[in-house]
Amino acid sequence: MRPFRYHRPAGVAEAVALVEAAPNAAYLAGGTNLVDLMKLGVQRPDLLVDVNRLALDTVDPLPDGGLRIGATVRNSDLAAHPLVRQHHPLLSRALLAGASGQLRNMATTAGNLLQRTRCVYFQDTGRACNKREPGTGCAARHGQNRDLAILDWSEACVATHPSDLAVALVALDAVVEAYEPDGHRDVPLIELHRSPGAHPERETTLAPGALITAVRVPPLPFATRSTYLKVRDRASFAFAVGSVAAALDLEGDTVRDVRLAYGAVAHRPWRAYRAEGALRGRRFTAELAAHAADVELAAARPLRHNAFKIPLIRNLTVRALTDLAAAVGR
Amino acid sequence: MQNGRADADSTDGGCSSPVTLTINGTIHEVTLDNRTTLLDALRERLGLTGSKKGCDHGQCGSCTVLLDSRRVKSCLLLAVTLDGRDVVTVEGLAGNGDLSPLQAAFIAHDAFQCGYCTPGQLCSARAVLDEVAAGWPSAVTGDLTGPVELTDAEIRERMSGNLCRCAAYPNIVTAVREAATSA
Repeated sequence: MRPFRYHRPAGVAEAVALVEAAPNAAYLAGGTNLVDLMKLGVQRPDLLVDVNRLALDTVDPLPDGGLRIGATVRNSDLAAHPLVRQHHPLLSRALLAGASGQLRNMATTAGNLLQRTRCVYFQDTGRACNKREPGTGCAARHGQNRDLAILDWSEACVATHPSDLAVALVALDAVVEAYEPDGHRDVPLIELHRSPGAHPERETTLAPGALITAVRVPPLPFATRSTYLKVRDRASFAFAVGSVAAALDLEGDTVRDVRLAYGAVAHRPWRAYRAEGALRGRRFTAELAAHAADVELAAARPLRHNAFKIPLIRNLTVRALTDLAAAVGR
Repeated sequence: MQNGRADADSTDGGCSSPVTLTINGTIHEVTLDNRTTLLDALRERLGLTGSKKGCDHGQCGSCTVLLDSRRVKSCLLLAVTLDGRDVVTVEGLAGNGDLSPLQAAFIAHDAFQCGYCTPGQLCSARAVLDEVAAGWPSAVTGDLTGPVELTDAEIRERMSGNLCRCAAYPNIVTAVREAATSA
């Protein structure tokens, strides 16, 4: 690990000024990803600006019924928060499906959104990776790409975003509050992460030096009936091979409204707008759910080793929605 | 990389920092290279070698300690960030020389073979009991808003951040279950 300076700023403005002024600075929150990547030599900051003591660690109900989640609220605290468990169970489910008890005590809300891909080629400094070193190529494109993207990838990068929480939040139309050098800005979460295109090293639409201070979750009454299903290679403590966040609102047996998002399929948390469109206003059946998934996945372009993700996501969609429909009927 | 071994050096360009840590009730004031993890500070500077280094990447759990009563992986925490914080390691679990109920249960149920992962298992399990008492759900909890019952499935899920390559898992589950019921 390279030597680095360490600074604990007194406030958000100071933190942003420090990082903006130092081109190779990084914010440090939970550190569960950053410190590991520093050990691996993947990230080599010369200044760490510690945001853990900026009092960004509360979950506050909003007057409209939504929630404002501070950037450094720990994953474990958010998952166990009574309002989240009651009104947004898919958030608790997504968080609890991720990492381990120890890591959830460390990892933060904003850090979770900004964590880096777990593509093994990105984490191996001996291999070509356009995300880690632009212009060097993508060893994953024709390498071991079982875990990687099926949607929206480019020849430059086939990495996936590893977050579970981001998938659940994007299904809820969450909004990221960022403090940028030019001032505050609200960024819809669906617009936070970029497609890889020719520049996979540019992962978000935030301005350089920007600091996420909170995530707002708008009210969604039917999210009380929501879930997050995650398939992984072992029963616990593993990243998703594929995942689905879903919330379902039925009137009788007709789909009044639905939220659907997919994880581990693309460079971004993937909101399944097309599938939602195929579901709304129709009589809910398992066949309809499968059809909706097919509509969404028509754009999928599997890599050599991951074509199985298409039926996997399709089946997860059916299971998540039929489980929710059965719960509505109870 | 000489993590944790670099001493304070006024010529290092500000890359080391003074840190005050409370470890098992004792206050330690040390100056550390900013790169030093809590795990390396414990083992290499403070002589507390109970916490073990397995993977050093947050994946195995052998370095688990309690930070302000919560379980964390000390290999991924930079010690410089912990100024003023309270740490309990496996050395601090026993009180006045008496083993904690959890430690006694690990011995009674033969919950280890080589013992390398045991300090992390013990610290993690100590926190699991507190998390269940606080009503925290897990990935296998059926009703997120109901009370938590510490079934074997719950113990396995909650302890999944601690690997045991001797595969003493069945006995670890038994030990944790017994400690939970005797607590």
